[in-house]
Amino acid sequence: MAHISASVYTSHVPAIGAALDLGKTQEAYWQPVFEGYEFAKQWEKREKPDVVFLVFNDHATAFSLEMIPTFAIGTAAEYTPADEGWGPRPVPKVMGHPKLAAHIAQSVIQDDFDLTIVNKMDVDHGLTVPLSLVFGQVDAWPCPIIPFAVNVVQYPVPSGRRCFMLGKAIRKAIESYDEPLNVQIWGTGGMSHQLQGPRAGLINREWDNAFLDQLINDPEGLSKLPHIDYVREAGSEGIELVMWLIARGAMSDVNGGHKPKVLHRFYHVPASNTAVGHLILENT
Amino acid sequence: MSLDKPYMNVPGTTIFDADMSRQGYHLNQFCMSLMKAENRARFKANERAYLDEWPMSEEQKQAVLDRDLNRCIALGGNIYFLAKIGATDGKSFQQMAGSMTGMTEEEYRDMMVKGGRSVEGNRYTGEKK
Repeated sequence: MAHISASVYTSHVPAIGAALDLGKTQEAYWQPVFEGYEFAKQWEKREKPDVVFLVFNDHATAFSLEMIPTFAIGTAAEYTPADEGWGPRPVPKVMGHPKLAAHIAQSVIQDDFDLTIVNKMDVDHGLTVPLSLVFGQVDAWPCPIIPFAVNVVQYPVPSGRRCFMLGKAIRKAIESYDEPLNVQIWGTGGMSHQLQGPRAGLINREWDNAFLDQLINDPEGLSKLPHIDYVREAGSEGIELVMWLIARGAMSDVNGGHKPKVLHRFYHVPASNTAVGHLILENT
Repeated sequence: MSLDKPYMNVPGTTIFDADMSRQGYHLNQFCMSLMKAENRARFKANERAYLDEWPMSEEQKQAVLDRDLNRCIALGGNIYFLAKIGATDGKSFQQMAGSMTGMTEEEYRDMMVKGGRSVEGNRYTGEKK
C-alpha cells in the first residue's frame, strides 16, 4: 500500500523564484534564504519520494474570479508553469499522477469533502517555488506531483479545522491506494506577511515561531485558531498558513500513530515582503 | 441577520471577502486580462480606451490610471489581481506593496530588511502605538 513518509512545509514567495531564475542565490540578501533549504535538497536526494501531494494556492493565475473553488485537486497528466505577467518561470513541466489523484478524489469526496476536480490548470509560483527550493534547479522534477489548490484569496477561506480534517481524509485515501508508493505531503505559503494597504510589510517573528512550535507539538489545538488571529497577528496574506494544517493532518501521530521526528526547521526574515518558514517532519 | 466580519477593525487592511469581490469583479477581471501579452500591449498603447472596454465604474478606472492601489482595493480590487498592473508596468511585488504604505521604495525595503513592520500598535484600529 502507499504510505505518507513525511511532510514538508515552506513559504512560496515569488521573489525567491525570481532570485533563483536570475542567478542571484549567492547575493548577500538571498544567500541565507537558500542556505536554509540545503538540508531539504540533500535529504530529498536520499528519500526519493515516488509522489508529492503538494498543497498550495493559486494567485489569480489559473483561477480568476470566474470560478473560485475552495479545494481543487489536479488529476491531469501534466501542468505547465504559468506566465504570471513576468513570463513563465524557466522550470520543468510538472508531471501529475492521474491514477493516484483520481483515487484520492474519489475517497476524499466520499468522506464528505466536496473537492473540485481539475483536469487542466497552469501552475503558478505557489507550486513551482516550493519545488525549486526543495528539489533545486533541475532539468526534470524527480517525481510526479499532485497539485492541490486551496482558495486563500477570497474570504472566507476554509477554516484551519476544516483543513486539518481534510488532511486526515487525504491520508486515509493515500493509505488505501494499492501500490507501494512513498508519498510526501507538502504544505506551502506563509509565513507572516501582508501585501496590501498601509499595513503592508507586517512581519511577526514571535507569532510565526509559536505557530511552528504548535504545528509540531499540538496541531489539533492549532487547528482551532480562528482566521481573525492569522489576519491580526500574521497579516492578511498570513492566512495562507491554514494550508500547512492540511499536510499536518495527514501525519501519523494525529491518526493513531507515533510523533513525527523534526528533521529540519528554518526561519528567516525577509524574502521581499515575507517571513520564510520551513519545516520537515518525518513519520516514525 | 448580519454576517460575522471580525476583520473590519484591523488597521490599514481590507479583507477581500465575497462582498468586496462582488464590487470589484470587473476591475479584477480587467487586471486578469493583462496576463496576455497582446492585452498588455493594447493597454499600454491607450490605457483609457482599454479600460473603457470594461464595465468598470469611473472611480475604478481613475484609480487604475492613477495607479492608486489603496483606492483600487477600497473599490473591490484584490492585490493578486492588481499585481498584474504592476507586472505590466515592470514593477516588483515589493515596489507595489511599498507604494500603499506612504513610504518611499527605499524606506520600505529598509523596513523589511530590518525585520518588517511590527505588529505592536497595529492590531486594532485606533490602538495606541
